[in-house]
Amino acid sequence: MIGTDLPPYADGIGIAIDHDEDGLPVLFMDFGERVMGRPGFLHGGAISGLMEMAAIAALRAELDRRGEAMKLKPVNVQVEFMRGGTEQRTYASGTVTRAGRRVALVNAEAWQEDRTKPIALAQMKLLLSPAG
Amino acid sequence: MSEPKSLHDLPADFVFDPSKAARLMTRHGHGGWLGLTYHAHGTDWVELALPWREELVGVAETGVLASGPIISLMDNATSMSVWTLCRRFVPHATLDLRVDYMRAAVPGRTVIGHGECYKLTRTISFIRGIAHDGDPDDPIAHVTGTFMATHGTYL
Repeated sequence: MIGTDLPPYADGIGIAIDHDEDGLPVLFMDFGERVMGRPGFLHGGAISGLMEMAAIAALRAELDRRGEAMKLKPVNVQVEFMRGGTEQRTYASGTVTRAGRRVALVNAEAWQEDRTKPIALAQMKLLLSPAG
Repeated sequence: MSEPKSLHDLPADFVFDPSKAARLMTRHGHGGWLGLTYHAHGTDWVELALPWREELVGVAETGVLASGPIISLMDNATSMSVWTLCRRFVPHATLDLRVDYMRAAVPGRTVIGHGECYKLTRTISFIRGIAHDGDPDDPIAHVTGTFMATHGTYL
């Protein structure tokens, strides 16, 4: 497994790494009271949190591959909700669209039982700076 | 009727009062886990508070909050600002949300989410807001987004 330590927020809300897919981590989050918005549905913020974790994990994996130690600072995030998340496990993974020397653009998507029907998309922009 | 557990349990003629409704939205589910509480409201805006705690941290070394909790805070505050402007609860779903991060929240400080509904159409509500950790003139984040009424209309 790639070196992607998830932060306290991930542990607290119940986000963990499911498996590794071509070098990119796929994360999951189980349904429960702590991620529920309106009764029976996932809260949009919890879905966003999962996608954000997936986006950062994907970027960390890419930077690790290049051997670059970078500090990340989020600039902005745009989230699109396409389907209501229901009472089941949710998955998310990220794709690094562009990671240059200073800025990274990462897409992430979240899905449930059918990967071809994502429930939400996110696009996140982060500033990169050399760590240490 | 037993004590309502969600806004969906409220009678149809319920005049939306964010100070009362917030108790429902912040006691159960995701809002309850985050520890969101009611802070203040006006005719088209609502403020909720998100107290800092270890479990919500996104970067262990610095203690800075993850952005997930900030998005949840702003989703709830802006959502409630729509019903406050409508003066009633209309079931809706978040279509999109964009968050611009001005700076990291200071570890240990409670974050206030100020959500405002600036336009209602029959089906879509347009919202914006800021999150700050003490000084509204020095926000952590700016937010903009839309909701769609899923059962019935806003107007």
